[in-house]
Amino acid sequence: MYGNAYIENDTKLVQSAQVEDPEKLAEFEARIARGEKIEPDDWMPAEYRRQVLRMIEQHAHSEIIGALPEGTWITRAPTLKRKLALIAKVQDEVGHGHLLYAAAETLGKSREAMINDLLSGKSKYSNVFNYPAKTWADIAVIGFLVDAGAIVNQLANAKGSYGPYCRALERICYEESFHLKQGYDAFVALATGTPMQREMVQDALNRWWFPPLMHFFGPPDTISVHTEKLMRWKVKMMSNEEMRQDFMEQYVPKIWELGLTLPDPKLKKKEDGSWEYTQPDWDEFFRVINGDGPCNKERLAVRRYAEENGRWVREALMNPTIKHIVPYA
Amino acid sequence: MVTSLDPRIRRADLEHSPASSGLNPNEHWDTFAIFHQDKRGTAHEFVGIVHAPDPEMALVFAKEQYGRRKKTVNIWAVRSTDIYTFQHKDEDMFSTVPEKTYREASGYPVRKRINKYLEELKAMRHKPVEEEEEA
Repeated sequence: MYGNAYIENDTKLVQSAQVEDPEKLAEFEARIARGEKIEPDDWMPAEYRRQVLRMIEQHAHSEIIGALPEGTWITRAPTLKRKLALIAKVQDEVGHGHLLYAAAETLGKSREAMINDLLSGKSKYSNVFNYPAKTWADIAVIGFLVDAGAIVNQLANAKGSYGPYCRALERICYEESFHLKQGYDAFVALATGTPMQREMVQDALNRWWFPPLMHFFGPPDTISVHTEKLMRWKVKMMSNEEMRQDFMEQYVPKIWELGLTLPDPKLKKKEDGSWEYTQPDWDEFFRVINGDGPCNKERLAVRRYAEENGRWVREALMNPTIKHIVPYA
Repeated sequence: MVTSLDPRIRRADLEHSPASSGLNPNEHWDTFAIFHQDKRGTAHEFVGIVHAPDPEMALVFAKEQYGRRKKTVNIWAVRSTDIYTFQHKDEDMFSTVPEKTYREASGYPVRKRINKYLEELKAMRHKPVEEEEEA
């Protein structure tokens, strides 16, 4: 799962990007224009390396952190089948994190360095995981709609220019299709269930539409020279707004079909085929990215706890020759 | 103060757990290249890497990461540092001669040569007859 396709938070660095050899740069851009993939040992502009690395790293962190809100409900899944599906999904998300860290590592940053940057708050992850999963219906909404959003984003990114990222995404998208379907199944089960179940899923929808789902793809892009370059380099494949429109086009009808509502009175399909909607509070989006969301502290505290409390296991495995110690008593 | 909805996280007592000192370099170990076989008798195919402290753990992690869904009959794990490779930038070393049909069966058109020979033979046999008719 992933969203906020591109969180740009250090424009200063971007402006100071170094000047590249024009001949190599032209050849690099020509390769991308021809549809070739860039591989780890190919020449690439420093700015390309930095941007792709940051994007894959954010994606990896999002998968790892994304396992937490859903993991909350493993112990309390309503049936054995739902529990098995949820465990499998959460395991997949962590697996995706590992695949993506591996892809990011090919650009020269170690996994330890990436995790340290996550724990220190330097690296970001998708905002959507900083909101709590309050009831079982939240799990259905996440599995259905957050994963649907992730698929829109990841199918676009899978056509990008960096080979290792595309290959990781190929497998990830395949597994996400199961996530989406099991989420849709759980969602429909509640929506077609008892009045209390319908009420539960409606309540979850109301909380997840604003702000998490409407924030998911990030604010409408300002078309700058920088954005154009990222699109030319096939780092960014679709604008945030294009992805949001694609998402609404595919999924709003599926929600309405079940007689459920979305908490946006403006929401409707316009005559030109695009969707009209109320802009969410983008100030909140930036507040949450910078640490002030309902669950930011908890999410990072859990990761820190896991790293600290897993250390003795890693150390024991690292040094299997450790001597036997005679017990005290 | 973290008040989680997850009972397991509440039990973990995050408030009193030690502060993070960060990961040390290589604390997540070296990488192993993983080769996956989906059917007995087919080639093992490279599918990705895992981080592991030793080959046995690499196999355990690889089973989870690359063998949890699709059909798997076997997995190989090879320490990444044990893989010797050329550089892609040197790929021109593989272009030795421009044309390699001399290494292919198709580079030897034997039948063409035989047919040409038989044609010539036939022409020679008919030649005297033609001369007689003219005479």
